[in-house]
Amino acid sequence: MAMREFAERGADLELVGIHKRFPGFTAIEELDLTIPAGSFFALLGPSGCGKTTTLRLVAGLDEPTNGRILIGGTDVTATRSHERPVNTVFQSYALFPHMTILENVAFGLRRRRIDDPAGKAHEALRLVELDHLAQRRPQQLSGGQQQRVALARAIVNRPALLLLDEPLGALDLKLRRQMQLELKAIQEEVGLTFLHVTHDQEEAMTMADTVAVMNKGRIEQMGAPEELYELPRTAFVANFLGQSNLFTGDVVGATDTAIAVDAAGSRIVVPAARAQRHSGQVTVGVRPEKVELHREQPAAEADRNLIGPGVVTDVSFSGVSTQYLVEIPGAGRVLVFAQNISFGPAAAEGDRVWVSWAVEHGFGLEDTPDEARFQADASTSAIAAQHRDALVAELEEH
Amino acid sequence: MSGEGQAGAVLGGLAESEQLEQRPQPTRDRPRRGLGRWLLPTYVTIAFAFLMIPIVYTFVFSFNDSVKSNIAWRGFTFDKWLNVCNVEGGAVCQAFGNSIVIGLVATVLATTLGTMIAIALVRYRFRARSAISLLLFLPMATPEVVLGAGLAAQFLAVGVPKDMVTIILAHTMFCISFVVVTVKARVASLDPALEEAGRDLYGSPSQVFWRVTFPLLLPGILAAALLSFALSFDDFIITNFNSGSVSTFPKYIYISAARGIPAEANVIASAVFLFAMILVITVQVSRAAREKRLAKLG
Repeated sequence: MAMREFAERGADLELVGIHKRFPGFTAIEELDLTIPAGSFFALLGPSGCGKTTTLRLVAGLDEPTNGRILIGGTDVTATRSHERPVNTVFQSYALFPHMTILENVAFGLRRRRIDDPAGKAHEALRLVELDHLAQRRPQQLSGGQQQRVALARAIVNRPALLLLDEPLGALDLKLRRQMQLELKAIQEEVGLTFLHVTHDQEEAMTMADTVAVMNKGRIEQMGAPEELYELPRTAFVANFLGQSNLFTGDVVGATDTAIAVDAAGSRIVVPAARAQRHSGQVTVGVRPEKVELHREQPAAEADRNLIGPGVVTDVSFSGVSTQYLVEIPGAGRVLVFAQNISFGPAAAEGDRVWVSWAVEHGFGLEDTPDEARFQADASTSAIAAQHRDALVAELEEH
Repeated sequence: MSGEGQAGAVLGGLAESEQLEQRPQPTRDRPRRGLGRWLLPTYVTIAFAFLMIPIVYTFVFSFNDSVKSNIAWRGFTFDKWLNVCNVEGGAVCQAFGNSIVIGLVATVLATTLGTMIAIALVRYRFRARSAISLLLFLPMATPEVVLGAGLAAQFLAVGVPKDMVTIILAHTMFCISFVVVTVKARVASLDPALEEAGRDLYGSPSQVFWRVTFPLLLPGILAAALLSFALSFDDFIITNFNSGSVSTFPKYIYISAARGIPAEANVIASAVFLFAMILVITVQVSRAAREKRLAKLG
C-alpha cells in the first residue's frame, strides 16, 4: 500500500473529461472540475443529477467510463478505493455494527498500520466530543452521534480529500444546523479539502466556499454562494438555488450598459453586464426579496423596473417576512418577499398593486425556463433501483 | 419464514439474528372466556406430551438394566452410562464416532462452499445465476431415497468404493443447499455501504472480507453450520445407500432395531440431547445477560 503516512494537508482534486454511463442511463455527461486544496466545495443538485455518482468515482467505488481523476496532481483513475488518500462520510454512516465506536474510528489507521491507532482514534473522538462513548456500539448511539462518529472515522485518517455524501440528510432540522456549523469549524481546524454532496441548497450555501450546481449530469454553474445566488446564469440555477421571478420576452432596446426586454407589454431593464444574452428572446429575472410592493402607482424612475397593476392572490405570513403572490396580466405571477418592518401585512388578498425593483438587481439568463425543465421527483433510491434493474436486464440478455 | 429464521428456530435461537431481538413483546394475557380457558392449554399439553414421550422414553430406558433387548423395564442402573463403549466390542461408539467425523467434515465443506455460493448469488450478476439459484433447491425438494439411490448408482458407475469419503461427499452435497439458503438471507440483508466503507478506509479486498463481511455474516454462517451438522448427524437414508460397510449412528440403530436396540444407544441419544439442551440454554442465558448489560449502558 502506498500510504503509511498522513497527508500533510488537503490536496487539489481535478476531474478531467469525466463521463459515466450506466447501462441505459448516462449519469455524468461531461465533467471538468478543479477543487483547490483546503477548500470546502459543495456539489448541489436534485436527486439523480449525478452528484453522488461523482463522489463515488472520486472515492474509487465506481469507475468512470471516460476521463481522469487527479488528486494532488497524481492520476488515481486506475487505483482502487483502498489505495486512494480519500475518505468518505456515507449517507447511511455505514458504521460497522460489530465493532465499538473506538474500533470503528481506528479501522482506517489499523489498515494503514499507523502508530498508536487507539490514541489517535480517541483524539478524533474528542474532536467530535464523543470520547466518553468510545466503548459503545453504533446501535446505541443517536443519529447525530452516529453522524459525528462517521465524521471522526473519516478525518482521523487525515485524508487529502474528504467526501461527504449528504451526511446530514437523516438529521432533524435543528441538529442539522448545529452539525453544519460543527462541520465547518472542523474543516477550518484540520484544513482538509472537503467535497460535500447535497440537495439542500441552504446547507450548500451556508457551508461551502464554492458551490457547483449540477443538473442532468452536468455542472450548470459554479461559484461562491453569493455569486450564484445574486447572478444565476440558467433558469435551473435561478429556481433551484432559492426562488426567482422570471420573465421571458424579446430584447427591444440595447445600449452598452443595459438591455430592455418586452415582457408582454412591460418593459424590463437589466444591466448588460448581468445578462448572458443581449439579443433575441431573453429570460430575465429578479429575486423575490428584491421586489417591492406598492399599493398606489409610483412615479416611474429610470433606475427602477415597474410592472403592474396586478392583483394579490395569496398572502402568507411567516414571522420575519410575508410572501405575496401577485398575478399581473401578461407578465404572470410575481412572488414578493417583504420584511415585516411595520405591523401586519402591507396588502391583502384581492388588492390592486404594482411591483418594482432596482434595475441593478435584475439578471438575464442564457436559457429560458422551458429548456430547463427537470424532473426533481425521482428519488436517489428509485434511480439506484432503476440502474440495478437495467443492469440485470442487460446482463441476462447475454 | 426465511431460511435463517428456520435455522434459528431449529437450533433454539443459536443464531443471534437481530430480527429476533427486536421482536415485539407479546401483549399481556387478557382474561380468556369460554372454550379458550381450557381448550388451548389442553391442546398444548397434549401436543407437548406427544412430542416429549419418545424423548423421555429414550432417556428413561438408558438407565434400564437390560440384557439383549431393551424393551421391558428390568431395573435401574448407571452401568450403561458408565460402560457405554463396552457392548458388542464398542460398535455403538464406533458408529457414533464415525457420525461425528462425517458430520464435522461435511459441515466444514458444505458451510465453506455454501457461503461462497451464497455471496456470489447475492452480490454478483453472472450467466445462469437464476438457474443455479433454482437448481440449489433440488436436493431439498428431491426425495432422499431418490437422491441416495442416484448417488449410489453414480459412485458405482465411476467405480468409487463406498466408505467414509462417499458418505461425506453425499452429506456435503445436500447440506450445501441448506447453507446457501440460510446464508443468502444474511448476505441480502447486509448493507453494501459497510463493505464500501471498509474499502474506503484502506481495507484491501481480503481485509474487508475478513474484518467486515465475514463477522457480519457469522451469525448466519454459524446457524448454517449447526443446521448442516444436525442434518448430517441424523441422516439415514442417503447414508445407507452410500456407506458400504461403514456404520454411522443412525445406521447402527436401524440395524440393531431388528434384534433389539441396546441401552447404550439410548445413552448416546440421551447424551446428544442433553448436550444440545445445554448448548441452547447457555447461549440463551448469555444473550439475556448481554442484553441486560447493554440496556444498562444505554
